[in-house]
Amino acid sequence: MLGYLLRRIFAAVPVMGVVALFVFLLLRLTPGDPAAILAGDNATPERLERIRTSLGLNEPLIVQFITWVNKLLHGDLGTSLISNLPVMKMIGQRVEPSISIALSTIILAVIVAVPLGAIAAWKHGTWIDRFVMGLSVLGFSVPVFVVGYLLIEVFAIDLRWVPVQGFKSISAGFGPFFERIILPTCALSFIYIALIARMTRAAMLDVLGEDYVRTARAKGINEVAVMLRHALRNAAVPVITVIGTGFALLISGVVVTESVFNIPGIGRLTVDAVLARDYPVIQAMILLTSLIYVVVNLLIDVAYTLLDPRIRY
Amino acid sequence: MTNPVLDINNLVVSVGKKTGGPKIIDGISIKVHEGETLCLVGESGSGKSVTSLTTMGLLPKGTLVPSGGSVKLVGEEILTATDRRLRQLRATKMAMIFQEPMTALNPVVPVGRQIDEVLRAHTRLDARARKRRILDMMEQVHLPQVERIFASYPHRLSGGQRQRIMIAMALVLEPKLLIADEPTTALDVTTQKQILSLIRELQRDHGTAVLFITHDMGVVAEIADRVAVMRQGRLVETGPLDTVLRNPTMEYTRNLLASVPSLVPRPPREDSREPVVLEANDLSKVYKERAFFGKGREVVAADKVTLTLRKGRTLGIVGESGSGKSTVARCIVRLIDPTSGGVRLAGREISDISRRLLQPHRQKIQIVFQDPYRSLNPRVSVGESIAEGPINYGVSHANAMKRARELLELVGLPADAVSRYPHQFSGGQRQRIAIARALALDPDVLVADEAVSALDVSVQAQVLDLLDEIQKRLGIAILFITHDLRVAAQICDEVVVMQHGRVVEQGPAAEVLTHPQEAYTRALLDAAPGRHWDFANFRPVSEGVGASA
Repeated sequence: MLGYLLRRIFAAVPVMGVVALFVFLLLRLTPGDPAAILAGDNATPERLERIRTSLGLNEPLIVQFITWVNKLLHGDLGTSLISNLPVMKMIGQRVEPSISIALSTIILAVIVAVPLGAIAAWKHGTWIDRFVMGLSVLGFSVPVFVVGYLLIEVFAIDLRWVPVQGFKSISAGFGPFFERIILPTCALSFIYIALIARMTRAAMLDVLGEDYVRTARAKGINEVAVMLRHALRNAAVPVITVIGTGFALLISGVVVTESVFNIPGIGRLTVDAVLARDYPVIQAMILLTSLIYVVVNLLIDVAYTLLDPRIRY
Repeated sequence: MTNPVLDINNLVVSVGKKTGGPKIIDGISIKVHEGETLCLVGESGSGKSVTSLTTMGLLPKGTLVPSGGSVKLVGEEILTATDRRLRQLRATKMAMIFQEPMTALNPVVPVGRQIDEVLRAHTRLDARARKRRILDMMEQVHLPQVERIFASYPHRLSGGQRQRIMIAMALVLEPKLLIADEPTTALDVTTQKQILSLIRELQRDHGTAVLFITHDMGVVAEIADRVAVMRQGRLVETGPLDTVLRNPTMEYTRNLLASVPSLVPRPPREDSREPVVLEANDLSKVYKERAFFGKGREVVAADKVTLTLRKGRTLGIVGESGSGKSTVARCIVRLIDPTSGGVRLAGREISDISRRLLQPHRQKIQIVFQDPYRSLNPRVSVGESIAEGPINYGVSHANAMKRARELLELVGLPADAVSRYPHQFSGGQRQRIAIARALALDPDVLVADEAVSALDVSVQAQVLDLLDEIQKRLGIAILFITHDLRVAAQICDEVVVMQHGRVVEQGPAAEVLTHPQEAYTRALLDAAPGRHWDFANFRPVSEGVGASA
């Protein structure tokens, strides 16, 4: 197991290397002078020169790359062209809200969706099944900002149970953290509940038709044990895949939710950077997102081997 | 006589919740006594499995419903029992083993724990007592190294070992009734023989009543005390084994027995002087598993296989699962590329030419697969499926469709079947379609890879007749891959016996199957179930020999 883990981590290095190269070339290989692109249309010659030196654009390409990677390995992602703050610091501030919301969303979604999907499959073809599937169609089709504004309207404005928007770090106490994170979590988890419930139902339906489920029933054990011990664990592999990719998507792609609830997360940072052509920030975000996907995929694969003894690498 | 352990009386099972739906089981009555084995025999769709699932209370809820009669287990009515009571009865009073040992065990739970579940659900034994009992039971089913297997996952065990685990699981609480639903159908003959004698042995030791479901008359002859023949949900005939095999009273039973291919090879045909159409020389296939680090694993699936096939003849490759017989067939058809060795098709070497150059030769060799339910594209009409090959080789659509009609008539189907789809045909009809599809290209060689194995015996007999007739008419050469020695004995001129990728023995079928030279061939023949019965003549083989001598 440990050997497998080390091999996988080792195998991730070239992947990240290719991503790094791509990110590096993204700016350098754009036609024209990168400094001119970065500086925008009304740049002064001094500003252009400053950008050139700060990016080392006067050096040969290979030297630039080595310097860049070297800085990268030391945690230096460069400086934002807009705010002049170190990119590392900018992202650092934004990571906590994004990760908090992604985690809480995926936890909520799993807690709600897996039992829903399992019950729907167990009661396949009954009104319970149709009700759950109806709910999931709703979850897919209602946009997240609609759910978000509805939740704000009811729970923050009418009932005044929680603040309307914003984010408080968990270091400021669990209470303030929790009451600000609960609404965006609910809004975001809607579609993930729909997705995971559907996946769980489909996987469970497959598994419930398997011979070993019939064997389990022939043993005279009760239905709960049949469902939990025999069906659910076998259905877990596709469900875990969806949960994992869902989580990765959540960290980097929750711009709408962050806007609705005015949360300073990395989704909005990315959008702002793209609109402002803040290349160092864009580069860092691409690297970070790739890293998240690599790590999540690794975790998914490790989960496979734990769930299914037949899978060995 | 003692009271029956299982007493099924006038049972009716119908489709759907409402009464008046089509009846799957229509008034069958059977009794099984202590220490007795009743074989429930029938072809697919006869309702034998539904009967067993009804007894266990395991019918899919809402789709199949018992609507009449009674099922009594040691005097207790099953049909009206609550779910809770049924759960209590399962594994304690009645237990079941299934056809597919490969899928009947949960792949993610160690087998010991799967047996343990039975004890935890039905007894109050503590963990140590349970484990002792499980290991004891595992020894009774003759599993080696029980401690190791106890902790193993199913995929680490062979098919035979898994079926032993299933039997241990079923019998660990000494139920009165054991239902065995085709328990050996998915196993190789040598393993089948072991499992059958194991069931016999445990039955003797524990006095279990066994309801044994099978489609295989050979197995019936090996294990039954009494036989019940089913057809389309009705009981055709019941009686002691000897009576049913010797003096079947019903037409259907007679036909069923008459369709069982004999192990005695058909009279050999004259030696052929026709040209050789297919040759394999030292054909080998090695599968390499590449590891990310360290060295990979090598599996030799076929090892220096040499064979020749003449025009108008049938060559059989027989062997158990994993013997490499299908690998050889696929290499010859170039569905997979051989690692080394040569294949000559009509005098032309084809083993190493590129796929593009191979294209004109492909039409000379065509293949028919095992499972007619999966080998035809369900969304393409039968006619289009048959015509696709010729169209590929430049025949006009109209001509190809005309040819498809002729071929369908050749294989005994109506010509208007061209516009229908595979799901509208039975298994036997689909296999005829698959044969027509293969013949559409006028091949020199037809490869039949277990082409009759999925079919009921009566249908199997018809398809074998069809192949024979087509061979006589078209002079086609047939390479026939099978695990079934009975089938091989009836259709092959020569046979090649394979084991672990190697050819063990080859020669004329009449020689190899009556006077085998190699120990493995002898073991295979010895394990063939019901080898002492000449089913088609309603007598034991020895009597037949005595009468003709």
